[in-house]
Amino acid sequence: MAAGEELTLSSHIQHHLTNAKMCTVDGSVAFNKACSEAGFWTWHVDTLAWSIGLGILFLWIFRSVANKATVGVPGKLQCFVEMVVEFVAANVKDTYHGRSKLIAPLALTIFVWVFLMNLMDLVPVDFLPAFAGFVGETAFGMDSHDVYMKIVPTTDINMTAALAIGVFILMIGYSIRIKGVLGFIKELTLHPFSTKNIPLQILLIPFNLLLELIALVAKPFSLALRLFGNLYAGEMIFILIGAIGLAQLPLHFVWAVFHILVIVLQAFVFMMLTIVYLSMASSDNH
Amino acid sequence: MNLNATLLGELIAFTVFVLFCMKFVWPPLMKAIEARQQKIADGLAASDRAEKDLAMAQDKAKDQLKDAKAQAAEIIEQARKREAKMIEEAAQKANAERESILAQTKAEVEAERNRLREDLRKQVAALAVAGAERILQRSIDEAAHSDILEKLVQEL
Repeated sequence: MAAGEELTLSSHIQHHLTNAKMCTVDGSVAFNKACSEAGFWTWHVDTLAWSIGLGILFLWIFRSVANKATVGVPGKLQCFVEMVVEFVAANVKDTYHGRSKLIAPLALTIFVWVFLMNLMDLVPVDFLPAFAGFVGETAFGMDSHDVYMKIVPTTDINMTAALAIGVFILMIGYSIRIKGVLGFIKELTLHPFSTKNIPLQILLIPFNLLLELIALVAKPFSLALRLFGNLYAGEMIFILIGAIGLAQLPLHFVWAVFHILVIVLQAFVFMMLTIVYLSMASSDNH
Repeated sequence: MNLNATLLGELIAFTVFVLFCMKFVWPPLMKAIEARQQKIADGLAASDRAEKDLAMAQDKAKDQLKDAKAQAAEIIEQARKREAKMIEEAAQKANAERESILAQTKAEVEAERNRLREDLRKQVAALAVAGAERILQRSIDEAAHSDILEKLVQEL
């Protein structure tokens, strides 16, 4: 961190929790504080850059292994990649009983991508923001306090919401593809309260619809907020630990070790729930 | 932390990544994994088969060894029998030859003895006759007393 007299703990934390923003103001590109009025059309360039970079890293590694994959004795990298792929494939096979070419690659992408993005949490919190501040100050003549760099994309609600919305769209798509539009509507209106008595059933439809819609919408919300909440809280604690001086070292170590669990677990949970939700969307019986 | 256009960007990135993974990453990896699994399964099956073949070959070898041993024992037994038979035959033959040689020799000896005895008797008779002739001087007619002489020769 560049030193500054006006720098308080809360502003330090605030600085860490702010994304680098980009927007257009009056037809020209503007950054960060100039974007406070831009509303929806603001881009978090750090989130976008890190997440897409990590996504490309994942696809590049896996693609290069897939290109060179031998049927004979595999190399170490191929072994590792195959372990991950088989782990995901086994989970998909256990949970999703239909036939789909999409589910398994989707689960693999989510698992590895989310894992890599979460993993950025283990990079000491000040390294990359300070480096970005240094670059901004020396190369572009900016005040380093105006250079923001949030390197963990999953601590940005936009990132987790985008994943959850992607899964949600697939849930709706699978529901309609497997059960048909009518079947999907029936599922939303005739459960959980169903009766043979037709007038009574008509009376029950609004209740059913309300309950089912809440249940349906709760799924992407829980997906997005679970991942975001866990990583945001973890990041916050890293920032707080990072703010207490030299005493941070043992604390930081303990929290980082614990956080390894969170990183893998949240990636796994996101993948597993995606599979489960899509499996529920694809199965006829409620 | 409010939602903004980043969401759309990430949604597009997510879609592209998933599609790329589905097209270019998952199928070749799965193909390699499944092909290796097949290969391993084949290898295991082949090793099972080879083990079975080996056991069968060992059994066969054992059987053949047993047969060979039995055959060898039989041959030895036959040889022994034949040996015994040959020895017995040879012994019998030798015995018979001995008997025949013995009998022949005996007969020859007997014949010789008889001949000698005849000769001797004749010579003794001749001697006796000559002696008697000398003793009796011409008193005895050879023809008249030939029967006595014959009798004498017979007694000798």
